[in-house]
Amino acid sequence: MENRFLSIVSNHKTKSIVEKTAAIIFRGCAIMSIVAVVSITGYMLISGTPALFKEGFIDILFKTTWAPTASDPQYGILLIILTSIVGVILAILIGVPIGLLTAIHLAEMANKHVRKILKSAIELLAGIPSVVYGLLGILIVNPMMYKLELLIYKGDTSHQFTGGANLLSAIIVLAIMILPTLINISETALKSVPDDLRKSSLALGASQIQTIFKVVLPAAKNGIMSAIVLGVGRAIGEAMAILLVAGNAVTFPFPFHSVRFLTTAIVSEMGYASGVHREVLFTIGLVLFVFIMIINLVLTFILKKGDCHD
Amino acid sequence: MTNSIFEKRKRISDKSMSFFIYLSSLLSVFILVVIIGYILYRGLPVFNFSYLMNTTSIINDTVGILPNIINTLYIIVLTLLIACPIGIGGAIYLNEYAKNKKFVDVISFTTEVLSGIPSIIYGLFGMLFFGTFCGFGFSILTGSLTLAIMILPIISRNTQTALETVPKSYREAALGIGATKWYMIRTVLLPSCMPGILTGVILAMGRIVAESAALLFTAGSVHVLPANIFTHVLSSGGTLTIELYLQMAKGNYDVAFVIALVLIVIVLGLNMLAKLITKKFDVHEVKN
Repeated sequence: MENRFLSIVSNHKTKSIVEKTAAIIFRGCAIMSIVAVVSITGYMLISGTPALFKEGFIDILFKTTWAPTASDPQYGILLIILTSIVGVILAILIGVPIGLLTAIHLAEMANKHVRKILKSAIELLAGIPSVVYGLLGILIVNPMMYKLELLIYKGDTSHQFTGGANLLSAIIVLAIMILPTLINISETALKSVPDDLRKSSLALGASQIQTIFKVVLPAAKNGIMSAIVLGVGRAIGEAMAILLVAGNAVTFPFPFHSVRFLTTAIVSEMGYASGVHREVLFTIGLVLFVFIMIINLVLTFILKKGDCHD
Repeated sequence: MTNSIFEKRKRISDKSMSFFIYLSSLLSVFILVVIIGYILYRGLPVFNFSYLMNTTSIINDTVGILPNIINTLYIIVLTLLIACPIGIGGAIYLNEYAKNKKFVDVISFTTEVLSGIPSIIYGLFGMLFFGTFCGFGFSILTGSLTLAIMILPIISRNTQTALETVPKSYREAALGIGATKWYMIRTVLLPSCMPGILTGVILAMGRIVAESAALLFTAGSVHVLPANIFTHVLSSGGTLTIELYLQMAKGNYDVAFVIALVLIVIVLGLNMLAKLITKKFDVHEVKN
């Protein structure tokens, strides 16, 4: 619509039509994100709830036996839920200290060159596809964990050896994968702490490390919290990286057990599942979705609280 | 002398904390070096250009990832074609048109939610909605539509930040000399925030290339060369990541590492491209 005559008089009518259509189209585009969220929520509910009603809430959510293809099928997903929770908590426990300290290095201590190298490294780490993490998990982390397992359970006949494909391996892969999220968001939080605080603290005689840990970190608390929450979201939703690394057996989440996460349960069985089995997989999807929504709400709450204080 | 400010007291806690800080960032870099080093170490010796030119076929006894490369390109182009207009349009609305703050808040919240939803959920939704309900089945189109929702937040947020950095005087000047709003957006705003939008598109491309869980149940895993350039969109096609997963599950680590190598090169390339644009035009990028 290249308009040759830009007079406001001659083309008023066509122009106002174009203007109005443009406004409406843009509005439509903006609404798309609402439509998407509403329909995703709707579809997760519609597809996830039938199994709950058919098999009973308690039988699915609080039973531990997962035998979907048995003659008397059982669909207890409690162990799968527990695995996801335990796995994510442990991954966060490993990832947060490393991520936070790296973010501190980036934001407070690094000179220009170190910063540049670190920044690019973290950007690349974030860009590496999750299947590649999975591939390296199988070939690097699993053998290492197998050695550790052999060392710990030497001569133990009751332990079922996992060959390294266990919860611990999955946790290590997850902890590495959430590092970029943790580092980037914590760094932004640390950077947004006003310089006056640092200067006052240093002027009072505190050392740099004291300033960082006693002044800057508490001031950036909200940002760091949201980094952790986003890290939890990233870890609980990761599927392809830990699919083959975790061993994929439904057991209690001990470090040296082969385990199955919510995400890997969906991916590994969706291909062949049918009937109620398939519906239960959608229920697992719904459980995951509920976790993600809770995380989102917590995040909004944290951000809101931060706004009030500033 | 002991209280002189020239002789700083050395605290053990200071020393040990700085040690841990350096150790952590060293570890982060070390992890990346190990990842890239290991892929090069395993991928380069087995790499052969014939992998990139061939189709995997038992009859011809060839192994190759050409169809997967083509499928990946198809998905990138199609996803961007769907997501860019919507994402950019939405950002323009939020920044230039919207007056109701509640409405803007709701949209910002949903965008936030969209960027937090894991790809496996997108996969399930795409399979149910685009695949079954819309009837596209396992196809590149289903995969692209699914990914389009997934990358919407990246595109719209980067566009929004780019729009925010355009000085208000540009808008006032354009409107002041009689341009209509849409004309102003088209001729003044969009050109001046092109680099920002482009950065968002490149980040989105990186995300598409790396995606796997959302594509497994939407685009499928078929690896044959397209018979027809246009109808290929409606047929199932596995991307590089999906093929990597399948080969890895089968234990064909050589092929897996070749694909990993290709993926890393693409990711590195996109990363550098985004850097180049950011550097040249002083753009502010928004990651997630």
